[in-house]
Amino acid sequence: MQNRLVGWIGTGVAGLTLAGCVTINIYFPAAEAEKAADKIIDQVWQLKPGAKPATPPAQTKGEAK
Amino acid sequence: MKQRVSLFLVAMLAFASAALAAADLEINTPAIAALQSAMQTRHNKLAAYYASGAVGLTRDGNVALHDASSIPLAERQSVNGLVADENRDRAALYREIARANAHPEWAAEVRTTFAQRWIDKAASGWWVQNPSGAWVKK
Repeated sequence: MQNRLVGWIGTGVAGLTLAGCVTINIYFPAAEAEKAADKIIDQVWQLKPGAKPATPPAQTKGEAK
Repeated sequence: MKQRVSLFLVAMLAFASAALAAADLEINTPAIAALQSAMQTRHNKLAAYYASGAVGLTRDGNVALHDASSIPLAERQSVNGLVADENRDRAALYREIARANAHPEWAAEVRTTFAQRWIDKAASGWWVQNPSGAWVKK
């Protein structure tokens, strides 16, 4: 009796795992896409990775703020 | 029996976490590299128009004329051409990234992701569209 229960649970877990794999492949990987976008934009706009503005600020009259 | 079940669970967990740690999106294809370099070259010409406000970044991942009156008459046609070429390359880029990752249907989401990142990375003083489509100066 217990063995059958364990068997059912095992089947359930396996089924969910398989479904999870399919899900991972179907859903859009937003975080990875953002990383890819950053890489491409940094290259197209010639930004140093981590730098915020696309062009260095023109005015450098001392410290702002 | 219990031991076998827990072993099975541990194996499943390991598998699931490996699957979750999805690899980066593929962006190293010849088509994407060609688009990237064309856009980089074009950016040298477009940058001045972003800065002057003539051209801005749209909420849908394109560029568009924002203030045509700030462009000298003689340059208007060439700016229109730059905008059209840039948008054509951007559409191709979004499509190619989706295709390189074996999910052509992702192109629209790739575009949405880029739209946000272009705007986030835009320099201050550039014009960008907010989510409702209104132009705002960064």
